[in-house]
Amino acid sequence: MPPAALLALLFFYPLALIARQAFLDDSGVANFAEVIHVLHSRFFLNALVNTVSISVAATAGCLVVGLVLALILAFVPFPGSGFIAQLIDTFIALPTFLVTLAFTFLYGSAGMLNTGLMEAFSLPLPPVDFLYSAWGVVLAEVTVYTPFILRPLLAAFSLVDRGQIEAASVLGARPFRIVRQVILPAAIPALIAGGSLCLLLTVNEFGIVLFIGAKGVITLPLLIYGKAIQESAYQVACIIAVVNIALSLGLFSLYRIAAGRLGS
Amino acid sequence: MLVWSRSGRLVLWVLFALLFGVLFLAPLAVILLSSLADQWNGVLPSGLTTEHYSEVVSGAAGSAVKASLITGFLASTLALVSGTWAALSLRLQGHALRRLLGLLFFIPSAVPSVSVGLGLLVAFSHPPLLLNGTVAIVMIAHFVLISAFTFGNVSAGLARLSPDFEQVASSLGARPAYRLWHVTLPLLAPYLVAAFGLSFALSMGELGATVMVYPPGWVTLPVSIFSLTDRGDIFAGAALTMILVAATLILLLGLERITARATGS
Repeated sequence: MPPAALLALLFFYPLALIARQAFLDDSGVANFAEVIHVLHSRFFLNALVNTVSISVAATAGCLVVGLVLALILAFVPFPGSGFIAQLIDTFIALPTFLVTLAFTFLYGSAGMLNTGLMEAFSLPLPPVDFLYSAWGVVLAEVTVYTPFILRPLLAAFSLVDRGQIEAASVLGARPFRIVRQVILPAAIPALIAGGSLCLLLTVNEFGIVLFIGAKGVITLPLLIYGKAIQESAYQVACIIAVVNIALSLGLFSLYRIAAGRLGS
Repeated sequence: MLVWSRSGRLVLWVLFALLFGVLFLAPLAVILLSSLADQWNGVLPSGLTTEHYSEVVSGAAGSAVKASLITGFLASTLALVSGTWAALSLRLQGHALRRLLGLLFFIPSAVPSVSVGLGLLVAFSHPPLLLNGTVAIVMIAHFVLISAFTFGNVSAGLARLSPDFEQVASSLGARPAYRLWHVTLPLLAPYLVAAFGLSFALSMGELGATVMVYPPGWVTLPVSIFSLTDRGDIFAGAALTMILVAATLILLLGLERITARATGS
């Protein structure tokens, strides 16, 4: 099968070479000293903690925002809500760094929000400076990855029996209770599948973090880029890449299991 | 209808408008505004100008648009051929093998793009396969990253296809090649176009693998936007981003119209 051979040459072979370069030195002898050194280094642990915590926070944000938006779009529709849902969907096709660039103009130190607040309250310094911290990355990732939650949620909600909701509502159930007892159980598989996809995508995210360019916010992909391209330390880059790929593949299996449950 | 009271609905709609406005509308609007901004010291720009557009068009934009379009087109075409081929031949395999190979075709979408670029650098920097520093390595990186999406879209289309048409064609004596070309592929066409559009859009916005492998002289739009903003020229960066967004949207809308016409809906 030529496609499989092509993928093996262009993808799996390079992947194997990353692992090889991570664990073997130039003469082809197994060398774990460097691996242990990197895994214990401050920059690596820092990036690992950053990656995981940003990813978890962004996914939680995507789940909450996605759920609220989907509930309103599906059950309290307004004129034009179908068009709005499509519009949000096209965000999937746009480059992720667009949002970061926009945030610089909105929330940057010379952005609209800060200048507005400084003019209104005659402040000497910009009062809002979350953008250049992990929170800036989290907010940008929530914007970019919420559509990935919204899509399966809207699909799941379209299968919820409207008659059941009307009946519960006529019988006097409050909206909050209907959401909890009728709608949420139907949404849980979609939330799990969408959430694990978000975890995977946010762990792998590169453009947003690169564009924010904050010194304190280094994630694993950014560290790999820095080590390989800026410092030409290929073995270190490969060791970090092995960890990053292992993390991603673990999340990918989680997503496949969740999506498989959703399908059955 | 979940919420019956008028005021309750209004509150929810205001909440929706706020979330949508802050998260989705404001970023797009502000990129458009800043790409046209003259001087921006206050809350709003003091005037509008098309200077940034003429600046980037006369500078890096022309070659960047060309590099992005050529890379996107070639990588997406290759991904489409390979993804369709893979999806069609997997259909003939047994259940277990189909699951395993299907999974393998999806794995590139799960690996971080920077690592894909790193792998290509490590693998193709020595003879006999010396590709480092060529345009081909950028195409390969894009192909690897989008191949899973093309394969997924085409497989999803195949799964929805009713086998009746092919069985009828087969019982009428159509040979496999004739059946593929005149029955299966035309039925798949909408999914093929959608797969091509999505992978083209993804390729246009690809940054992680490209910054690892791009040779001088083949700077794609995202890379050139990054170098502009990194230099502090954020207004020119915004103008180039608008060009990228416009190119992507025109491409997607154009392909959508072709599909709509082809399916007659």
